Amino acid sequence: MATLDVTACSRWYGNVVAVNDVTMRIGPGITGLLGPNGAGKSTLINLLAGFLPPSAGAVTLDGVPVWKNQEAYRAIGLVPEREATFDYLTGREFVVASAELHGLPDPGAAAARAITTVAMADAQERKVGEYSKGMKQRIKMASALVHDPAVLLLDEPFNGMDPRQRLHLIALLRSMGDAGRTVLFSSHILEEVEQLANHVEVLVAGRHAASGDYREIRRLMTDRPHQYTIVSGDNRALAAALVADRSTAAVSLDGDTLRVEATEFLHFAELLPRVARDAGVRLYEVTPVDESLESVFSYLVQS
Amino acid sequence: MNRTIVRLAARAILGGKRVWLLAALSLVLVAIGVGTAALGSGSSAASLEALQAIAFSTFLPLFGLIVGTGVIGPEIDDGSIVHLLAKPVSRHTIVQSKLAVAVAAILGFAVLPTMVAAVIMGADAATVLAFGVGALAAGAVYCVLFLLLSVVTRHAVIIGLVYALVWESLVGSVIPGARNVSVQQWALSVTASIAPDGVVTANVGVALAWFLIVAVVAVGTWYAGSRLRVLVLASDD
Repeated sequence: MATLDVTACSRWYGNVVAVNDVTMRIGPGITGLLGPNGAGKSTLINLLAGFLPPSAGAVTLDGVPVWKNQEAYRAIGLVPEREATFDYLTGREFVVASAELHGLPDPGAAAARAITTVAMADAQERKVGEYSKGMKQRIKMASALVHDPAVLLLDEPFNGMDPRQRLHLIALLRSMGDAGRTVLFSSHILEEVEQLANHVEVLVAGRHAASGDYREIRRLMTDRPHQYTIVSGDNRALAAALVADRSTAAVSLDGDTLRVEATEFLHFAELLPRVARDAGVRLYEVTPVDESLESVFSYLVQS
Repeated sequence: MNRTIVRLAARAILGGKRVWLLAALSLVLVAIGVGTAALGSGSSAASLEALQAIAFSTFLPLFGLIVGTGVIGPEIDDGSIVHLLAKPVSRHTIVQSKLAVAVAAILGFAVLPTMVAAVIMGADAATVLAFGVGALAAGAVYCVLFLLLSVVTRHAVIIGLVYALVWESLVGSVIPGARNVSVQQWALSVTASIAPDGVVTANVGVALAWFLIVAVVAVGTWYAGSRLRVLVLASDD
């Protein structure tokens, strides 16, 4: 059992704040680190992995700081986002080297076990430089698992994986989480996090925006106000009909388009066509305005 | 020293295209020996002077730059060093292991060819040994300096090149006072102390030269390990 603690931690580069006063505790089980690109997820993982000193605050593993503490790597397995490995080695040599550097008593056996775990036995004699992105991801995973670490940190592990590899990795991480390991992975895709993590930490623009059960976060995300622009046969009549319903927060007429802000996504999706038909108004265009991930996240920050 | 790191570093530096560049450079060194001997200038002292100028002022700094930065610089640049650093291995051990590979490469590709060239030129045993010891001392110092430079800055190759070309080749030979801080002069002093009188002239006292060589290697190695310990890996966001 291992617990990572991030306490009032900030990290800035010159004038740019990458991680801003974040406090979180990552315990056994699977935690998903969710946030748009550039939110500071990689910076936070580098802080947790001891490759970056916090500018302020502390990052500890079971109470011991990880920065400048190479002994921490006995308990940490890191799967970095960057693809670069030692391309001149075969997959097996790469994992064996990792086992040797950890000082394991039988590096060959440990490497074979880790390679089997990530299902790379068939490709282990090929050069790492010739691997596809998904295969590199898996061999890095084997290298990180070789010493059976209590903590596994993965930076965007699903990038470049095909659906089959993705399912395999999900199953693998699940089994590690069930075994009581502390698994933290980052992603900018909500669905990935939702499938895997029971606990989610959301990072937006360096700030810790939300924390908790994924269902909770999912609800926060889908129940936010949704904006639509609508072009119809009679905008004014439609506006009047819509505003009568509780899920409509605001309507405004803007030339030929009607803008609507709805509070309950599912209810509104069902309401709009029904109201239009009852009012005898023909819908020509219905466009969601702010469905980008960034807008979803920035909504979370405000709430 | 860690055998795994030594093995990895050796494969990194000898496995790629770099090994051909190194082999070509060492062939050039030997070819200079053959060429001078074939031209038959007669005077062995003059040929040795040419070898000394070429090997010590150009080839050794260049080899040092290629292997000293080569054992660690590319890994820092592409981020693969993370796979070495995410291990419970002392950072000093990592530096020492990589340095051992760099010095061994210098020995094989620069020191031995220099000695072979000296033999071809008809130098006596003491002179050949003197060239070997001097070249190895210079090579070791360059390896340490350029490895350290790679850990400290991303622009190690540029800075190293400017140093090798401007400082070692020009300043040291033009400004006499600068010779005390020229690796080349330290190495020549070592060479002069072993070779028969008159073969090589040195501007730095041999005791001071040895002291500086040992000090730079020891302090540089230690400092490179300390800097590697606090190496911050660049992240994309």
